[in-house]
Amino acid sequence: MTALAHLGGTPPTTPAAPAPDRRRRHRLLPYLLLLPGAAWLLVFFALPLLQLAAASLYDPAGSLSTGYAMTWAVGNYPDALQAYWPQFLRSFLYSAIALVLALLMGYPLAYAIAQKAGRWKNLLLVAVVAPMFTSFLVRTLAWKTILSDNGALVGLLRDVHLLGPDGRLLATPVAVVLGLTYNFLPFLVLPLYASLERLDPRLLEAASDLYANPLRAFGRVTLPLSMPGLIAGTLLFFIPATGDYINAELLGTPNEYMIGNVIDSAFLVRLDYPQGAALSFLLMAAILAIVFTYLRRAGTEEVL
Amino acid sequence: MAQEAPAGDLRLADVTKRFGVFTAVDDLSLTVPQGSFFALLGASGCGKTTTLRMIAGLEAPTSGRVLLGDRDITGLRPYKRPVNTVFQSYALFPHLDIHENVAFGLRRRGIRKVGEQVERMLALVQLDGYGRRRPAQLSGGQQQRVALARALINHPQMLLLDEPLGALDLKLRRQMQIELKRIQAEVGITFLHVTHDQEEAMWMADTVAVMNAGRIEQLGAPADIYEYPASPFVANFLGQSNLIEAEVSGHDADDLLVTGHGYRFATPLERARSRQGPVWLGVRPEKLHLVADRTRVPDGRNAVSGVLTDICYAGVSTEFLLRTAWGQEMSVFTANNDPDARLVPGVEVTAHWHPRHSFVLPRDDSAGDDADGSATRPGATGGGRADGSPADGGVGVPPQRLEAAT
Ligand SMILES: Nc1ncnc2c1ncn2[C@@H]1O[C@H](COP(=O)(O)OP(=O)(O)OP(=O)(O)O)[C@@H](O)[C@H]1O
Ligand SMILES: [Mg+2]
Repeated sequence: MTALAHLGGTPPTTPAAPAPDRRRRHRLLPYLLLLPGAAWLLVFFALPLLQLAAASLYDPAGSLSTGYAMTWAVGNYPDALQAYWPQFLRSFLYSAIALVLALLMGYPLAYAIAQKAGRWKNLLLVAVVAPMFTSFLVRTLAWKTILSDNGALVGLLRDVHLLGPDGRLLATPVAVVLGLTYNFLPFLVLPLYASLERLDPRLLEAASDLYANPLRAFGRVTLPLSMPGLIAGTLLFFIPATGDYINAELLGTPNEYMIGNVIDSAFLVRLDYPQGAALSFLLMAAILAIVFTYLRRAGTEEVL
Repeated sequence: MAQEAPAGDLRLADVTKRFGVFTAVDDLSLTVPQGSFFALLGASGCGKTTTLRMIAGLEAPTSGRVLLGDRDITGLRPYKRPVNTVFQSYALFPHLDIHENVAFGLRRRGIRKVGEQVERMLALVQLDGYGRRRPAQLSGGQQQRVALARALINHPQMLLLDEPLGALDLKLRRQMQIELKRIQAEVGITFLHVTHDQEEAMWMADTVAVMNAGRIEQLGAPADIYEYPASPFVANFLGQSNLIEAEVSGHDADDLLVTGHGYRFATPLERARSRQGPVWLGVRPEKLHLVADRTRVPDGRNAVSGVLTDICYAGVSTEFLLRTAWGQEMSVFTANNDPDARLVPGVEVTAHWHPRHSFVLPRDDSAGDDADGSATRPGATGGGRADGSPADGGVGVPPQRLEAAT
């Protein structure tokens, strides 16, 4: 899990070696180390991606049984967007809200584990990761039980009149957002923890000695120093949460469907490959655009 | 300043700090007068940093109170205290450049135009032009000077310096000592300066407190402590001393007479902290004179004979080691102006000194040279200012530099 701390680490430097052939080997070493991963990515990521790009430009009139013709049908993109922009918007909205909730819970959690937990640190970390030992699907189904209409939670909320007599949680946007928040929380907490763990508490003492009250000390010292973890964590949370379809599927209704659900059904139910591929690329482009603006605003070379 | 506290002295009243069962600071009472330069000296782990942290508010005393003027600041949050610290570990902010590190305190107090002040402060610590670097790009000594600048710039009522010059070379250290003394005199900030360097402590401070195992062992003007230490610990922590085991044998009108290892020694009564039973007879190494011929010891001087075992040349002085008949190594410092060619290892020599240069300390037979630990105030009576005591506030090379040879 500390590997997450090294996101954006510096590339390996090559120390000078006396003999020229040894030096050459030293210079080659980083590339040799890259090789297995690069090969893996080429076969299982780049090639399928190309395949997908091609599929997004197939003639939309084709079908799996009749076969697809490559007609460079660029029109697939505007058509897909036209048909499914609400799901797009909903995806970003839900995962943004979930991200805010996760930050509100995750930052104090990571801070407490990193700085205050003492000898309970490792136990608490295990507790954060423990849900990952069960499958994503099982965890989400468990939430279905928790949020169900005759569950304790809904009963309690009805009793305190936060929910009407037949108000419900399941099959609402609230349920989907809660599911997203829960399922991706560890991806936010772990990198944050790694950053906060390295924070020297003596710096906070120095800040407080220099007239910074706890709030100022947080803003001027803790927050900037936890920025690498914060950026890594928000990305690791936001990207999969935006593309997720399980939470909307299990905890929501078609009214809560996100773009992931649409892509899922395009490929597996409607068998409309060109549309599914076009939607996938649109999603990817949107996420990349958001990530790059975010990284630029956050000033990566400052913090990584 | 954010809070203008009523001006005044810092007082620690019966302050104790325990970490679990370990007592780091033990019932410490101390007054640091406003505007004074106060040095806290002591061995590693004796509780100096802990004491400073309680004054800064970073550690809460287990019991006792911290007062600044009439104000009880024991429970006051650190950011509300008119006190700044130069941390032993520097604690520079790694994500801010040097300029912003130094400006940190000013900015937190809402001061906008900091540029000029920061520049001046950086020039003072000889780091002009380094403002845009990060702490990690500086050497240890440079970082230490940034830590100094970051605290000094705030002109607090009191500055706590935790070994602020430890990482500097001798020349730079001298310059910084002079600067610190000048700033302290000009601005009138109270300085509480922790150091391992007894020479620095004596040279810079008006008052020196020697700390041992969480307590103040002796406190006073540097010359008073040096010339008339209160305990064997102080006698050997602040400079060196030759301590000879002896018994009080009587006294005449002016002098206490003690005998030890077959010798009789005289000490002025006012320089004796014990007038009966087992005692230590002490004398500083630079007070001793060596003669090759026993018969040439002037009348009325204390003397000890022995064999020269070692001669260590240290530039300004030479240290002679003299082994007495009972196996004790006595140390003698002489200035290097007229070396006596007859003084070579193996010869029999006699060291003699004036009685007013010796001092007598109580000796606890069971505890060897372990100090009794009580915070004894020096009797500020005569005999303290012998030749060679530092002129208070004087500039230049401190006379005690002879001890640097140890
Ligand atoms: N947080 C703590 N928990 C437990 N023990 C501590 C703590 N802080 C300090 N101590 C102990 O208290 C004693 C005094 O520590 P302190 O840091 O005050 O020493 P010091 O005089 O500053 O030493 P040095 O000259 O080496 O800096 C030491 O024995 C140290 O081990
Ligand atoms: Mg210390």
